[in-house]
Amino acid sequence: MTVEIISSIVMSVLMILIGLQLSVFLLYFERKGSALIQDRVGANRAGITGLGKKLGLPNLGIINTLVFDPIKMFTKEDFVPDGADKFLHTLAPFLALFPVMITFVVIPFGDTISIGGHEIQLQAANLNAAVLYLLATIGIGVYGVALAGWSSNNRWSLLGGIRATAQMISYELAMGLALIAVITTYGTLDLQEIVRGQGGVYFGWLPRWGLFTQPLAFIIFMTAGVAESKRVPFDLPESESELILGYFTEYSGGKQAVFMLTDFAEQALVAMLVTTFFLGGWQVPWLYRDGFHLPGGAFIVMPALAVSIAGILAFLIKVLALCVFLGLVRWTLPRFRYDQLMRLGWKVLVPLGLINLLVTAFLVVAAGSAS
Amino acid sequence: MAIWLFVFLAVISIVSALGVVIQRNPVHCLLALVLTLLALAVMFIALDATVVGFLQIIVYAGAIMVLFLFVIWLLNLQAETGPTGGLALKFFGTIATAALVAELWMFLLRPHLKIKYVGEAAGYGSLSVLAQKLFTDYLVAFEATSILLLAAIVGAVALARRPPTQRESAPGSLS
Amino acid sequence: MTFIPLTWLLGLSAALFAIGVAGVIVRRNILVMFMSIELMLNAVNLAFIALAHRLGSMDGQVIVFFVMTVAAAEAAVGLGIIISIFRNRETVHADDLTLLRW
Repeated sequence: MTVEIISSIVMSVLMILIGLQLSVFLLYFERKGSALIQDRVGANRAGITGLGKKLGLPNLGIINTLVFDPIKMFTKEDFVPDGADKFLHTLAPFLALFPVMITFVVIPFGDTISIGGHEIQLQAANLNAAVLYLLATIGIGVYGVALAGWSSNNRWSLLGGIRATAQMISYELAMGLALIAVITTYGTLDLQEIVRGQGGVYFGWLPRWGLFTQPLAFIIFMTAGVAESKRVPFDLPESESELILGYFTEYSGGKQAVFMLTDFAEQALVAMLVTTFFLGGWQVPWLYRDGFHLPGGAFIVMPALAVSIAGILAFLIKVLALCVFLGLVRWTLPRFRYDQLMRLGWKVLVPLGLINLLVTAFLVVAAGSAS
Repeated sequence: MAIWLFVFLAVISIVSALGVVIQRNPVHCLLALVLTLLALAVMFIALDATVVGFLQIIVYAGAIMVLFLFVIWLLNLQAETGPTGGLALKFFGTIATAALVAELWMFLLRPHLKIKYVGEAAGYGSLSVLAQKLFTDYLVAFEATSILLLAAIVGAVALARRPPTQRESAPGSLS
Repeated sequence: MTFIPLTWLLGLSAALFAIGVAGVIVRRNILVMFMSIELMLNAVNLAFIALAHRLGSMDGQVIVFFVMTVAAAEAAVGLGIIISIFRNRETVHADDLTLLRW
């Protein structure tokens, strides 16, 4: 009993820390990776001395981005604008960050591991209605944005806040429809079971990932996820060339840092969710509990601990790859106009989601009655 | 569920319900109502109604309250300044409410309501059992509810949209 | 496992219901009255779930599902009506809407 409690606490802290570290990575990638894509240099004034030269690269600017920027952000003056609702203005950043942080704990990052005779599930909170929990926390995340925009006493913040709220609740619907199709396929609401259901192979060689089982749901969920986290091409609420910073214009110092953190943490969360539902989570292709069963017949034995560690590494690699991919999408596509955005959400993604659900339900019933 | 959890949630829900009724700023009332809904949703989950509890958060606190928030913004409601309503109304209203609470408690807190705990079937409160009930025993109600929702959507859009404005009005007129 | 006595849960439900009634009677802002009505609906939901838990029957939860859906529909239409009233009368104070009074 106490082993469960201690392991739960340790894993919760670990998952939240992983989420924060991914946010930091995304912050750095935002500066230097975007510079690479846009054929410029980026931040290069304060780096770890000589590190860039040794690697044969220009100055990496690590200390600039990761040390001085946060120091600058937290030491700026923290004000509440004149005429703003003081309580709501202070509450909004934390209302925006809280749902993102508590969603990190239900994501499984490995199979059951046995340490010292106890079987521990590598998932901080094993809820058996985890998908509903995800939808609930994404729904609560609307309030932080809405209140930030409204309580700033600034009509452009309000405009950004209204746009953000409308966008988030529209794409929640598309996300939910894609998830219903996934739930119907795997027959369970538990995330660990969904990841386990993505083991095995099709035709002897194709790993049975959600990407190949539910391709349309993958596209819908990815699009809706990017729109939920208000990243480009859906970043109209925060459009830097039009609304300064959109709904968090009137925030400075630590509260703005919290909003930026929410932005990156939500992007990391979307990457983790897409990995869990569609890229097989911690499943390594052709790796089962006892070893590799390669197509072609080869069988390589692996000890149980190595299998678990391979699973954790696979999860991290997939999440990082998706974060980099989302960054590439950000720096390549132009921004959607508001009516195009709404049209995409309601007139394209929702009907596609419904058609996908119908076809999935039909196939599941046909397969169920055939077997 | 543990006693301390119930007391904690009960205190939160009653305090925020009082906040809904007492606060002057409509947005603060709305936030207090969201807090009440969240406390009640946690209580539902603790009473083994898992799916219904999460649905309360997704549907009620996550969608209906956002709709309220949009309407408050649209109507640009400010905090109420000055006296709200007559003093006599508040006085007698409070007394009537206290009388209502006392009467309900007199009825409900009696020993004749000690229903024996029957024991839950396996999978109580799970999505599959709820879906089975919905699609077999309560199918007619389910279909009627979907028609009701469709009617509500059409009705709300028809009520809330602006009437089409006349574009070709005389230059001196006000419309 | 400890059971919360059913009377406590029903007592909480009654208290929330009464606070909702107080809100409808005392407040004169239509939107706050509407929110108090939602509070009353939630109090009733709590009573249903508590009794369903005690009796081990899923019917209470199905009824709560329907109550939630009907409350959503009612909220949508009611807010549409409030918007129409505001467009015509420029007020959301219930004391100013006296057109139908004798």
